[in-house]
Amino acid sequence: MRFLTARKRAEGLGAARSGTEHHWYMTVSAVGLALIVPMFLFVLGRTIGGTHDEVSAVFAHPAMAILTLLVLYVGLQHFRRGAQTLIEDYSRGMTRKILIIGVTVLSYGLMATGMFAVVKLAL
Amino acid sequence: MVQLRLPKNSRMIRGKTWPKPEGASNLRKFQIYRWNPDEGDNPSVDTYFVDMDDCGPMVLDALIYIKNKIDPTLTFRRSCREGICGSCAMNIDGINTLACIYGMDEIKGDVKIYPLPHMPVVKDLIPDLTHFYAQHASIMPWLETKTNRPAKEWRQSIEDREKLDGLYECVMCASCSTACPSYWWNGDKYLGPAALLHAYRWIIDSRDEATGERLDDLEDPFKLYRCHTIMNCTKTCPKGLNPAKAIAEIKKLMVERAV
Repeated sequence: MRFLTARKRAEGLGAARSGTEHHWYMTVSAVGLALIVPMFLFVLGRTIGGTHDEVSAVFAHPAMAILTLLVLYVGLQHFRRGAQTLIEDYSRGMTRKILIIGVTVLSYGLMATGMFAVVKLAL
Repeated sequence: MVQLRLPKNSRMIRGKTWPKPEGASNLRKFQIYRWNPDEGDNPSVDTYFVDMDDCGPMVLDALIYIKNKIDPTLTFRRSCREGICGSCAMNIDGINTLACIYGMDEIKGDVKIYPLPHMPVVKDLIPDLTHFYAQHASIMPWLETKTNRPAKEWRQSIEDREKLDGLYECVMCASCSTACPSYWWNGDKYLGPAALLHAYRWIIDSRDEATGERLDDLEDPFKLYRCHTIMNCTKTCPKGLNPAKAIAEIKKLMVERAV
């Protein structure tokens, strides 16, 4: 039992003075992904059924390698921040913090793995 | 974690069916949420029958009929009976609205009435709006000025005054905030559509001189950015206002000053 006034509860810890950067990043990255993901899927779709060498050659092309790196970086950053918002919506306290750390590790792990594969194919 | 099921003591049980009014031929069935904190029982849904030939056209008329002629213990807020005070906000037929301006002819079948969702219940159809009002107070719903007070009044052009249309009409009935899933899950921190609509009303008031401070106080992942443009607020507003647009305008101003 805590004898807090309604106003004290409503004010809480005050404003974090952040959130706009997150909001703007999600807006900009959504526009960027709307452009690069269809391009990436189109090229990826054309490789279906190809041999290992043919697919490797497509990803070794500088344009495709750069496009793939962009999709990986922007896509997974967008995923990380979006998942953070989702976690903040539905969980609280220590669970929230652990889940945010988990999704951050997952995002950067996937990003590093993907980038390593693209670099290996391209070089 | 977010609670997806009602707590054990909040789950509803079958309530009482009250006798039909004698001699009435044009009856309408009402199912109304009942809970009395003094009894300690779980909430129930009572069934009433209203004589439509002896009752006005609005849902509030039926509630008053029930209270006066069937069950005087039924508890609900009401005052102006014309959509100005916002007292009689409740969930009618699945929609948060004002009982006084919601016609019974708009409802098909039985009329189901519950208190505003996801709020603590004081009794029957009365939600506890203490936190909701405190959140409204926290956005400083008054004119903040730094310039010395003018000899007469703070002047405002007709164009600037028109910017307040669609905002000042809000009666703080809480229909929008209690329809918002973000407010359900994080209502302790998220200000909700009603308070944010009022915040925007003062941000864009040409006479107000605390725009920066107001935006500072809103810049928070929870207070403002918990709005995910679900739009339930705009859909349910009994006054036809657009809180989602007001929130989007605040976000645009935040970006405007940062980028």
